[in-house]
Amino acid sequence: MLTRLPWWLAALVLLGIWAAISALASSDYRVILAAVARGLGVTLSVSLVAYTASLLLGLGLGLFRTSPLRVAREAATFYVELVRGLPMLVILYYIAFVGAPALAAALNAALKPLIDRGLATPVETRNLGFAARAVIALTLGYSAFIAEIFRAGIESVDRGQVEAALALGLSRGQVMRTIVLPQATRNVLPALANEFIAIIKDSALVSALGVQDITQLGKVYAASTFKFFETYNAVAFFYLCLTVSLSLLVRAMERRLKAGGSR
Amino acid sequence: MSAFIEIRGARRVFRASGERRGMADTIALDGIDLDVETGEVVVIIGPSGSGKSTLLRVVNRLERLDEGEIRIEGELVTSPRADLRRLREEVGMVFQSFNLFSHLCVLDNLTLAPRLVRGLTRGEAETRALSILKRVGLADKAARYPRELSGGQQQRAAIARALAMEPKALLFDEPTSALDPEMIREVLDVMKGLAAEGMTMLVVSHEMGFAREAADRVVFMDEGRVVESGSPEELFGHPREARTRAFLQHVL
Ligand SMILES: Nc1ncnc2c1ncn2[C@@H]1O[C@H](COP(=O)(O)OP(=O)(O)OP(=O)(O)O)[C@@H](O)[C@H]1O
Ligand SMILES: [Mg+2]
Repeated sequence: MLTRLPWWLAALVLLGIWAAISALASSDYRVILAAVARGLGVTLSVSLVAYTASLLLGLGLGLFRTSPLRVAREAATFYVELVRGLPMLVILYYIAFVGAPALAAALNAALKPLIDRGLATPVETRNLGFAARAVIALTLGYSAFIAEIFRAGIESVDRGQVEAALALGLSRGQVMRTIVLPQATRNVLPALANEFIAIIKDSALVSALGVQDITQLGKVYAASTFKFFETYNAVAFFYLCLTVSLSLLVRAMERRLKAGGSR
Repeated sequence: MSAFIEIRGARRVFRASGERRGMADTIALDGIDLDVETGEVVVIIGPSGSGKSTLLRVVNRLERLDEGEIRIEGELVTSPRADLRRLREEVGMVFQSFNLFSHLCVLDNLTLAPRLVRGLTRGEAETRALSILKRVGLADKAARYPRELSGGQQQRAAIARALAMEPKALLFDEPTSALDPEMIREVLDVMKGLAAEGMTMLVVSHEMGFAREAADRVVFMDEGRVVESGSPEELFGHPREARTRAFLQHVL
């Protein structure tokens, strides 16, 4: 039992205990943790919304990537390569400062007849909050990674089963829905879950836009108190709580899938 | 009356492309004429690469034809406007590697297509599936997943899956060649049963015992052509062509 205990986990737990003791022993830490914790909601909601949206967009792109239609395939590949070739921070700046004004302009152009008759008010870029822009940027970025995961999953499904389903008279859509996607999704579940962990970490990038997530609150707090060490310890503590527990879940899931559980 | 399956001048060429660019094209089918009457059992034999699988695959349009025509019950199935769904409802296929749906239990493997394609309710499909499973001796395996079955059981489940669509004809592509010898018989017994009940069958198989017992006709293919065909006694006992004799000597 003791020899099978993962040392990395033991070390992390010890680190957590040390953090807890220091927090209890010092009023400083209590204040800092409380200050940073106010950003937890933003971090979590940005991550969750962006992740959900990128799952949907990524699934669509993944289907396009494996489509028998050449246009669809090429278009999706173009998008994936373009987005994966850019740093996430650059995508964020693009969406925030180029994409958002363009989106507002496009909306205003589309609504022009209504606006001219006074039936609608023009959309202003500043009404599109930075948190929303950050979510859009993360979604666009992560959908490219997730598309590749879905593509790999779809390609991992046995061709013979696809042919068997076609030979039974199922349409291509039915084969995709009842044979390919259930197996593909199951095969890539751990990889998809890992993307959620990654998006939680990358959600820290929204602090570059001033969105008040835990990183941003930590940054502001540290700058005003000069307690850099304690503040970033607190910030790291929150991220690690989220990411390590999720990564343990992923491991458990992988083990269950490997054991060949039927569903 | 015309034959159930009519194949006329079937030709299929695989172009050398992609990683095989620069190599010669493969003529998988080089002008095949073949009829299968309703209720007839036709066994196809021939060396590896002679086009046997390709022939079965063009019949239910998993593979397209470059030239020639195939009619099923008089209906042209090789036209681009053919109703593939209807064709595949009527003609089932059994594969060498079983190809059961690995994420579904045996019962769901059998009910999926009848529900989605034939429009049966779950209840109707399950009643039908259970009676077919009983027929192939798998009544107690309905809740099992394919990986929990032996090879012979998997192939019987795959035959049951094809039967659940109540097809008018079945195509078998080397249904026993992935099986251990002790499991071959249980699959062949199911196939003999179907043949005896009058199922129209086109079977690629080198099981001479099955061919002798169940086949109305044996067809020998080589290099994408039908070299000769005849009753099992004729073809195995008195082959006319030298190539047939050489092949039979090789496999017997
Ligand atoms: N999808 C494909 N692409 C390219 N060539 C193919 C394809 N399918 C079959 N061929 C070629 O066509 C020829 C006939 O193949 P086929 O599978 O029909 O032979 P077979 O008689 O079934 O052989 P075996 O007994 O080995 O199963 C072979 O030379 C094969 O390499
Ligand atoms: Mg073959």
